[in-house]
Amino acid sequence: MKILVCVGNVPDTTTKVRFAEKNTKFDTNGVQWVINPWDELALTRALELKEDSSNPVVHVTVATVGRAGAEPTMRKALAIGADDAIRIDTDPEDSSFVAYQLAEVIKNEDYQLVLCGIESSDYNGAAVGGMLSEYLDLPSVSAVTGMTFEGADIILSREIDGGIEEVSLPAPFVAVVQKGIAKEPRIPAMRGIMMARKKPLKVVEVAEAETLTNMTEFEMPKPKPPCKMIEAENVAELVDLLQNEAKVL
Amino acid sequence: MAVLVYTENWDGAFKKQSFELVSYANAIAEMLNVPVIALSIGEVKEEELLKLSNYGADKVLKVENDQVNTLDNQIFTQVIGEAVANENASVVILAHSNTGKALAPRLSVRLKAGLATGVNQVPVTVEPFVIRKKVFSGKAFTHVNVKTPVKVLTLAQNSFELVENKKEFNTESLSPAALPKAATEVRSTNKQTGKILLADAEIVVSGGRGMRGKENWDPIEELAEILKAGTACSRPVSDEGWRPHSEHTGQTGKIIAPNLYFAFGISGAIQHLAGVSSSKCIVAVNTDPDAPIFEAADYGIIGDAQKVLPELVSAFKKMKS
Ligand SMILES: Cc1cc2nc3c(=O)[nH]c(=O)nc-3n(C[C@H](O)[C@H](O)[C@H](O)COP(=O)(O)OP(=O)(O)OC[C@H]3O[C@@H](n4cnc5c(N)ncnc54)[C@H](O)[C@@H]3O)c2cc1C
Ligand SMILES: Nc1ncnc2c1ncn2[C@@H]1O[C@H](COP(=O)(O)O)[C@@H](O)[C@H]1O
Repeated sequence: MKILVCVGNVPDTTTKVRFAEKNTKFDTNGVQWVINPWDELALTRALELKEDSSNPVVHVTVATVGRAGAEPTMRKALAIGADDAIRIDTDPEDSSFVAYQLAEVIKNEDYQLVLCGIESSDYNGAAVGGMLSEYLDLPSVSAVTGMTFEGADIILSREIDGGIEEVSLPAPFVAVVQKGIAKEPRIPAMRGIMMARKKPLKVVEVAEAETLTNMTEFEMPKPKPPCKMIEAENVAELVDLLQNEAKVL
Repeated sequence: MAVLVYTENWDGAFKKQSFELVSYANAIAEMLNVPVIALSIGEVKEEELLKLSNYGADKVLKVENDQVNTLDNQIFTQVIGEAVANENASVVILAHSNTGKALAPRLSVRLKAGLATGVNQVPVTVEPFVIRKKVFSGKAFTHVNVKTPVKVLTLAQNSFELVENKKEFNTESLSPAALPKAATEVRSTNKQTGKILLADAEIVVSGGRGMRGKENWDPIEELAEILKAGTACSRPVSDEGWRPHSEHTGQTGKIIAPNLYFAFGISGAIQHLAGVSSSKCIVAVNTDPDAPIFEAADYGIIGDAQKVLPELVSAFKKMKS
């Protein structure tokens, strides 16, 4: 069984967000790029499943839609342990465009399991995984927090309102994963970094597709009024403020 | 033309989230001057369906079918897609919940409709259709222009006020075309009972590493009980196993927007704030006056959570009595 993990290249979560060109573009100056945090967890889980020889997983591929600037992130994914990488050479326009590009690549391959993260930490689309499954006409499971094999069957835990459900379904399918899928993301070791240099990173041309949305402008949130400090000995005052000033009780 | 809103039910009942969705759908329908169709999938009694019309549903469309008793994304997408086509809806609204996030992207592709997720207000303009949403986990906002004739939106939870808008109760059944066999087989369901769900909670009491260990959570639980609040935690707390993963809020955990959020012993890292900064009011208790949480908070107490918590518990008890 081959697993494909879709990985986005996103600004590090501590990035100071700034915009350029009259607030119409994200300013990438000085930005540190990383693997989208959920994708890193998805990749970690895929590798754990592959390493356990009782499972049928034999190969883990990572794919991204992005320009050459995304290559360090792909190399990091290879260093963590992915067997090979695919980069679809175009800017990730909107989510349906990205999902379409991934679908075009996947439909000619025999991945039994496609993993996506729940959302990208930059534009917070929470969309590509579901869109991809619909383009491929494959079943999908979302909010996946656990994945194991029972023989050849894949058992998934998915989060539902107020609980967890265990589901299974026949491969191939798309799983959209979130926190819990792996305990902690793997960090590349020296050996992995050396090996990553020799692993295949295939560059694929963009397929023609339309976008359905575009972002016209950005804004920063309004500054918040300063925090009102209350003496630790005086919690009654806090209760009063919450009741009568903030009116939230 | 119409606005179609999918109102999920929980064991045959709706909750506040459902009425928020209908209120929101009604606000957009007024801008477009079209009716609101609420779609309900699964078995729900008439008197429960009627509640949807109190918030502005002109028609309640119900689908009852053995195939829709558990969530299979393909089947639900097919059913909602069919309803959208039948009703000629131009705007389709779902909750930005686990279910909504599973279905809206599929629907978007099926309907060739642009998608805007996690929105929290009505469009800035409807022609062109431009809507504001948070990006960079709350560090900024963007205006999304949805270019297609049909639009799919997911509404962030607890972000739109309930507005009563009583309409005549009108219900119709939809029998979807032959549905395929569901691919998803549910093996077991494990639901927490009796607890207030984080996504539904209007007040949330949360603890961080400053709580120093799982054995210190009793006063947090107690405070939550008095305030009918949900409980939450920072990421290291769930990573340590002091609290379940389902309580972890922040960029990589849950994103919530309660009316009131208490942060006990939470430093206020940017990744934590990404999940809670939309709260209407934040109260922080921390021993460190320079903790970044005080920049995000509305009210702050510099002090030991272990000492402040019991005092708050008794102060709120007094308030309630
Ligand atoms: C990619 C990525 C994603 C992340 N996602 C998330 C996320 O989703 N959610 C999240 O929470 N974190 C996330 N983090 C981690 C985040 O950066 C912080 O490390 C984390 O939020 C810190 O948790 P904390 O505030 O509980 O602990 P600490 O930072 O250790 O803070 C503890 C606080 O408690 C105070 N304190 C100590 N003793 C007391 C006492 N007796 N009474 C009162 N206060 C006391 C201290 O002054 C301190 O401010 C993420 C990190 C990365 C890199
Ligand atoms: N440019 C991209 N290349 C590859 N995968 C992506 C890309 N953008 C998003 N994804 C995948 O889709 C998931 C959801 O992203 P989004 O819909 O953008 O929030 C991510 O966690 C990735 O798994």
